[in-house]
Amino acid sequence: MDATTIILFIGGIVLVSSWLIYNGLVTAKVRIAEALSQIDIQLKRRTDLIPNLVETVKGYAKHEKELLENVTKARTSLMSADTTAEKAETNNQLTQTLKSLFAVVESYPDLKANQNFLSLQEELSDTENKIAYSRQFYNTNVLGYNTKLTTFPSMLIGNLFKFKAAEFFEAEEADKKPVKVSF
Amino acid sequence: MVLFVVFAGTVAYVLGKATGYGPSVGMWVFVMSIIYSFISYFFSDKIVLATSGAKQIKKSDNPELFRIVENLAIGDGIPMPKVYIINDPSPNAFATGRDPKHAAVAATTGILERLNKAELEGVLAHELSHVKNYDTRLLAITAVLVGFISLLTDMFMRQLWWGGFRGNDDERDNRGQAIFMVIGIILAVLAPIIASLIQLAVSRKREFLADASGALLTRYPEGLASALEKISLDPRPLKTATNATAHLFIVNPFKGKNFQSMFTNAFSTHPPIEERIKILRSM
Repeated sequence: MDATTIILFIGGIVLVSSWLIYNGLVTAKVRIAEALSQIDIQLKRRTDLIPNLVETVKGYAKHEKELLENVTKARTSLMSADTTAEKAETNNQLTQTLKSLFAVVESYPDLKANQNFLSLQEELSDTENKIAYSRQFYNTNVLGYNTKLTTFPSMLIGNLFKFKAAEFFEAEEADKKPVKVSF
Repeated sequence: MVLFVVFAGTVAYVLGKATGYGPSVGMWVFVMSIIYSFISYFFSDKIVLATSGAKQIKKSDNPELFRIVENLAIGDGIPMPKVYIINDPSPNAFATGRDPKHAAVAATTGILERLNKAELEGVLAHELSHVKNYDTRLLAITAVLVGFISLLTDMFMRQLWWGGFRGNDDERDNRGQAIFMVIGIILAVLAPIIASLIQLAVSRKREFLADASGALLTRYPEGLASALEKISLDPRPLKTATNATAHLFIVNPFKGKNFQSMFTNAFSTHPPIEERIKILRSM
């Protein structure tokens, strides 16, 4: 084998590997976008449940107008949130208002026994699990993508084509504090 | 896996040389094995579900189970598999399906009664991981290889008995053929056993992988660990499991037999439960 053949052979390997690595990076990026939209789907599930909840509670606890208004306001701000950070924050606010609402409901035994209310409560707590899982999936994909961008040799292709690192979904400061349960 | 393929290829080569027919026989047997396995692979989920008496459920039939599977599927980013329940007091669960789009998970009424939510999540995460890691596909391929080797050695032994080898005109070639013949006989006897052992080893490896993937999904390995502990304390074997479906279940459905000896372990589709629990608790 002469020098030209060897060079051509090595060049071929480099080209093919670069092509495969590039495709890997693009695929990882697309997966992150899909995971992000998954989170949105779960958030929407949550906001869809709220109006029904507000109506059910109104029927039994007319005096808690302010609380119910807070819940509705939090829901509206979540629905109009744009960036990932905004969504995380407004979702958190909604969780806080819901916590207050459920705490107050404790003093309305009729409402607590209402089938509709109970199943709504179950659904809502399930959506929180779903949101958590979809965030986990998003973070897993971001981890894979960011790892590719920082390890050799894929980082070379990444820098060459200006791939940017993605952001993890961080837990809110409020979430990290221990929950105070008061009766 | 690669070694398995190489092993199968070696067996085919040796037997081909020994009979004098060369590699063409191997090719035909390979084609037959693939066709056979293709059919069983495509219908494997339906067959398995039918033989185990599983019934599909809707969300309203068992919302807790349904929600757990739904949420785990979101965590793994795969479409939600169909959910089945098997009416049997022995605690066990399995997953089947050639890829995440055509997947199903089943749980016995026994396991649903006995485990709490975190443990059930651990078990179902393990099963879902089998689907995500394409284990059904992998084990189907190993089944192809095992079948291929068995068919080959079977044909070889038959020819040995009934005659029908092609001799060569050249004296030297005949002697070479004789040597291959000897090796061929030894392989014909041992190869199917070796193939089965390799298949079982692959199955055990994938079980460990599913344990780890499941723990990664739930971020709570203790769930699966304590579930395995609870299940291993139950001595009843699963009624509807057969030898063909045993490898799919989360623990070996044929309990009540002595598992302690190393010999039995080599022939088991699942790694020993104590080891699985130990590994999970060390994560």
